[in-house]
Amino acid sequence: MKIVLRTALLIGIAGIAGFWFLSGANTGWTKTSVATIAVDPITEISYPVWQNQFVPGVDFLAAGVTILLIIFALSYLPFHKSSQKSYQ
Amino acid sequence: MKTSLLLATAASTLALQSFAQLTTFDFEDPKGVNNVVFKLDAPLESINGTANGIKGSITGDPANPQKVEGKIIVETKSLKVSNALMQEHMLGPQWLDAEKNPEITFEVKEILNAKKDANSGTAQVKGIFTLKGISKEITAPAKVSYLPGRLADRSNGKMQGDLLVIRTNFQINRSDFGIKPGENLDKVSETIDISLSIAGAAPKK
Repeated sequence: MKIVLRTALLIGIAGIAGFWFLSGANTGWTKTSVATIAVDPITEISYPVWQNQFVPGVDFLAAGVTILLIIFALSYLPFHKSSQKSYQ
Repeated sequence: MKTSLLLATAASTLALQSFAQLTTFDFEDPKGVNNVVFKLDAPLESINGTANGIKGSITGDPANPQKVEGKIIVETKSLKVSNALMQEHMLGPQWLDAEKNPEITFEVKEILNAKKDANSGTAQVKGIFTLKGISKEITAPAKVSYLPGRLADRSNGKMQGDLLVIRTNFQINRSDFGIKPGENLDKVSETIDISLSIAGAAPKK
């Protein structure tokens, strides 16, 4: 059972790192919206057009990997099963 | 008597002519093109954002750019950055306090070193910049383009009139405007780079 959980956690870490990398490997903070630049043809003014888009940043990567590593490390702590039995 | 009457008539005609040459450009843009870009580059963090809640007007004579007056107003709540939590903090009471300070304004007081070339020109614009309720006199370099008759192109022929495009870049120090002076300098830089690109319309009646 422990092996299954540890494998799942490692896959989770790889998944978070992969998601961050494939989303553009943003080395800044996580973005919840992104601006693209358009140009008005008459005035030639460049202006931002905002769109809601989730782009994970290094904070997302660090938080996700840290949480999963802590759970992974906890799985190595020796837990003893309780030997007490309950009687009705 | 005749001479004084002629002089008075000439003076009033000249006054009327100069009055007629004054044009007011309205900078409230329904297309949402008018915008401000602000950048803060601190050692640990770079913050880029924009604002598009712009209104206000500028009155002047396009042929005589030295005489201009007006005010450009930016709605504080229209300031936007790419992270929702950062935006909440930026507009909150600790930083810009948008509830108490709903507007950021620049009131034009004087035009200096105006240089005109056909329908465009450059100048130093001296005015009062107000942010978070604190007003400071600043001078900003501006590029101005006058586009006579181009309002029709922009409004799909619905309105006739002229356009005035203004572009300016300048810097302010946040401590001058009481925005957490001396605090969080590693993440939020003291200097704020501001770029303003706006087009005003003067419809012909």
